Amino acid sequence: MRNFLAIYQREIKSYFSSPIAYVVIGLFLILAGIFFYLIISNFVQMCMRVDMMAQQYRMAPQKMNVNMMAIRPIMHNLSLFALFFLPLVTMRLYSDEKRTGTIELLMTSPVTNLQAILGKFAAAGTLFLVMLSGTFLYIIFIFLYGNPEFGPIFTGYLGLFLLGLCYVSFGVFFSTLTDNQIIAAVSTFVFILVFWAIGWVSGMLSPALGQTLSNFSLIEHFDDFAKGVLDTKHILYYISFIFIGLFLSFVSIESTRWRGR
Amino acid sequence: MIDVQQVSRYFGDVTAVNDVSFKVEKGEIVGFLGPNAAGKTTTMRILTTYLPATSGTATVAGYDVHEQSMEVRKRIGYLPENPPLYQDMRVKDYLEFVAKIKGVAPAERKKAVDDAMAKTAIGDVSTRVIKVLSKGYKQRVGLAQALVHNPDVLILDEPTVGLDPNQIIEVRQLIKRLAGDHTIILSTHILPEVSMTCERVVIINKGVIVATDTTDGLTKKHAGATRLTVSVDAPVAAVKEKLATIKGVTKVEETSGSEYTTVFVESDKDVEIRPEVAKIVVANNWPLYEIKAEDVSLEDVFLHLTTKEEGTVS
Repeated sequence: MRNFLAIYQREIKSYFSSPIAYVVIGLFLILAGIFFYLIISNFVQMCMRVDMMAQQYRMAPQKMNVNMMAIRPIMHNLSLFALFFLPLVTMRLYSDEKRTGTIELLMTSPVTNLQAILGKFAAAGTLFLVMLSGTFLYIIFIFLYGNPEFGPIFTGYLGLFLLGLCYVSFGVFFSTLTDNQIIAAVSTFVFILVFWAIGWVSGMLSPALGQTLSNFSLIEHFDDFAKGVLDTKHILYYISFIFIGLFLSFVSIESTRWRGR
Repeated sequence: MIDVQQVSRYFGDVTAVNDVSFKVEKGEIVGFLGPNAAGKTTTMRILTTYLPATSGTATVAGYDVHEQSMEVRKRIGYLPENPPLYQDMRVKDYLEFVAKIKGVAPAERKKAVDDAMAKTAIGDVSTRVIKVLSKGYKQRVGLAQALVHNPDVLILDEPTVGLDPNQIIEVRQLIKRLAGDHTIILSTHILPEVSMTCERVVIINKGVIVATDTTDGLTKKHAGATRLTVSVDAPVAAVKEKLATIKGVTKVEETSGSEYTTVFVESDKDVEIRPEVAKIVVANNWPLYEIKAEDVSLEDVFLHLTTKEEGTVS
């Protein structure tokens, strides 16, 4: 535990004592803010149109659901932005240690590889949590001017967080494979994107195969979270995904010793 | 303290270390000497548990480097060839981090860091960010990192590389001061460094240990004692025969490469044979071109050992 904390704290300090954390968090929030504005103003216009139609035909105004029509698209947007940003957060975790040789310190200190991997994973996860919590501000606006349901917001954020940790765990893995940060980031991005889009081809395939593939899709599992449905099968899927990423990182680091590179 | 038994390490088809065995006693300073790519770093990496050996066993402080690597890691301080520094950290924060992961108790951490900084004289840069430091300071921060948890064994891979002459002297003195409490292995390809700091030398070449001895013993054994180079214009056989009769001469060896007959005359250490050689030369009426006594340095031994190897291979 002490070693895990030492690694964790060092990574957190390294994020926040360099511009990385501020640039990533700042740009993430700006991007999220722009799309928040677009989605909300679109929603408001739609509400006004529906009201006008109701007046014209002398009908009771129809109730618009802000959760379904605004918050859910916002959640989907955030899940995509996280895909752009998180590989940049995780790319240096091991590559940089390999490039500068500090890996020799880490691997000749009484710290197990598991402690180091978990420390780094938790640090990147924490940074993602900070990024996400910045977007609470937008949600607060919705609460001020509308009355959304709290449930779907909570499950949406839980889903986003788990999804982000999936990106992070494979980000750590690809970072253990190379001493080049760009390669680590691009491989993570492409790998996650493939798992993201794997469900899209299901329509072209036989139903059985299509269903299997979309079960593997990262984003299909996210839909229910965004809708406000909390299903253990989705949680289990994300946790397995995270576990596999961390396990591969562990195997990769252990085998580095044998390969001697 | 350190016991290496028949350790080998291959990288694919390349043999980096081949059947290496040696021992280091507690409190000793041992120099690991060899040309570049001789297997020094690989051997050190095996001892520090960074790399596993392909075959053979090594123990540090009684613990096997492979089976009980965590116990070994607690007891070693390691300075790799490139000091393992987190460039964006401040010196003090960095050393505190190292102390933490090396298992120094929280209550003793501050003292441990201060001691390490005092020993390596880096107190004046303790709040600087590492990446702005000069090479010399970085090297000393690297050394402080290896010392911070007061390990039993220090393993230093080329500790004086990149330092200016004054700093080199300081680091050497520091290493000597540390010797009593710590067992030290340092690698280098700089010969004077070994003769100045180390009690014992392990010479390694192409992954094989070619000699292990004290610095004095090595010079004595491989150099004989005194060696004269004598160049005269005379038949080789006659020169060899006559010079060999001098009392105290152990060996007369001819060399080529000169237009005259040139021989190396080796003799016991305390015997001065130059007057006798001169007498014989004059008595036989040989035109004399050169008579020169050579001091055999560790450098000659090193060259002798590492190039002889080459000669027998090709």
